[in-house]
Amino acid sequence: MKPAIQFNRVHKHFGELQALNGIDLTIPQGEFFGLLGPNGAGKSTLINILAGLLKPTYGSASVMGYDVVNDYQAARMALGVVPQELVFDPFFNVREMLRFQAGYFGRGRENDAWVDEILEGLGLTDKAHTNMRKLSGGMKRRALIAQALAHKPPVIVLDEPTAGVDVELRQMLWEFIKKLNRDGHTIVLTTHYLEEAETLCSRVAMMKQGEIVALDSTANLLNKYAGKNLRLDLGGAPLPAPLFSMLKSGEHGVYMLALSHLSQVEFALSELRKANVQIDDMQLIEPDLEDVFMSLVGSASHRNTDSILQS
Amino acid sequence: MRLINQKWRGTYTLFKKEVLRFWRVAFQTVASPVLTALLYLLIFSHVLASHVQVYENVAYTAFLIPGLIMMSLLQNAFANSSSSLIQSKVMGNIVFILLTPLSYLQFYIALLAAAMIRGLFVGFVIYLVALFFVDLPIVHIGWILTFAVLGSALLGTFGIIAGIWADKFDQMAAFQNFVIMPLTFLSGVFYSIHSLPPFWQVVSKFNPFFYMIDGFRFGFFGKGDVSPWLSLMVVIGFLLGLAWVCLKMLKSGYKLRG
Repeated sequence: MKPAIQFNRVHKHFGELQALNGIDLTIPQGEFFGLLGPNGAGKSTLINILAGLLKPTYGSASVMGYDVVNDYQAARMALGVVPQELVFDPFFNVREMLRFQAGYFGRGRENDAWVDEILEGLGLTDKAHTNMRKLSGGMKRRALIAQALAHKPPVIVLDEPTAGVDVELRQMLWEFIKKLNRDGHTIVLTTHYLEEAETLCSRVAMMKQGEIVALDSTANLLNKYAGKNLRLDLGGAPLPAPLFSMLKSGEHGVYMLALSHLSQVEFALSELRKANVQIDDMQLIEPDLEDVFMSLVGSASHRNTDSILQS
Repeated sequence: MRLINQKWRGTYTLFKKEVLRFWRVAFQTVASPVLTALLYLLIFSHVLASHVQVYENVAYTAFLIPGLIMMSLLQNAFANSSSSLIQSKVMGNIVFILLTPLSYLQFYIALLAAAMIRGLFVGFVIYLVALFFVDLPIVHIGWILTFAVLGSALLGTFGIIAGIWADKFDQMAAFQNFVIMPLTFLSGVFYSIHSLPPFWQVVSKFNPFFYMIDGFRFGFFGKGDVSPWLSLMVVIGFLLGLAWVCLKMLKSGYKLRG
């Protein structure tokens, strides 16, 4: 089976700036894939290359086996992209926009049933005849997603779809997108909400400065890069110096220690005993993607530790 | 067969969207240029009718009308493609077109056809309204239609070029005010170039708008400042040149795809 998405050594330079630095990535059909990274990591550049909005400086990309440059029409037929910005055409209502969007892909009235399904799934049915200009921000976001789906693409890319969206709508969008995934659509999403990626994505790539720094199943990443955390409440007492190397964060006498192995709990307890520090409370905390993210992408965690130690 | 069908439908959809776009605001895109043309007609014909006779047995008011029709036709064909593009670029919604499998040729054909429809429609309405004011002969309907179609295609193409090139509304306004307006006004809409001093006669002959208007007017009266065949050659030459530039820009993705 052809992969849904494939990048082969993709480079993109904007003058001096190297936005992408040799990206290799294969996403099989049916996967729910997460693309994570800080601003400027190159996520949107990568998506724009896939969508044909940018040309790679070097390397190639394909959608469902169709090269995005040489066979761009077949590639774009297979791809639906939800752009990050809330853009809309002020002249038309929601249903008209969806009909036009499907029409550009060569689909006509036979597609109307699908358009109705999207409208219903996204809770837009009673807004179908409302002009795009008059929709609220949340409704515009839904309409934007509907537009990307109008031609029923097998591969769907969502670029930060929940930025600035309230919790209720976010839940609703994810239910809808999960259903699309169950129906066989491949989903790729970029997000800043690591919790989302953790609950939704079966596999995750983390990007930093135009490179993929981690690529694995969400479960493996959590195991590999993020050990458990030990939360200690010392009732205001200082942390013994030998434990500084494990310190992740700490304030008001409550410290979070990163464990690379469970046996370190023993070490921590013995150090506390040696220093004669009383433990008010203690908890073992499961890792999350944010820990993986920070250990791979951010230097922020180190900075954090430094400032705690200095104070 | 399925592929042809699909391509045709894609092009037709974009064309239809572009036509509906101006039709939704027809008051601004059709009614207002018609009104402007009628104001010109009213004022110029009142002021000049008794002073100017360009061709024998042709009233000045009658002489003026083909010029006004063509001027409005050209300006509106330009305005349609250029404003559609600059608006969707500034609003960002052009991305919805760029994400589709539409080829650069399909894009060109759809935008051009919609621009031509608006130009021709505005011109036709002005013609109908003008019939209330003056008797207008038609000597060669073929020339009238030829120059109307070619003129709208030329300016529609020019509008696409300007729309792609401009990044902001004020750049577009500058294009319209410093290129399109002078070329239309200095092209013989209101006069025959034979009434100009020799220097300006020569200058006018470098203006493609002059040939479009002169050839168009020839269709009504059977008379013109130059042969309609010469005008036809010049207009076709300019159209092919601009279409080549426009398609080059679209194919390379200039300012649309990075």
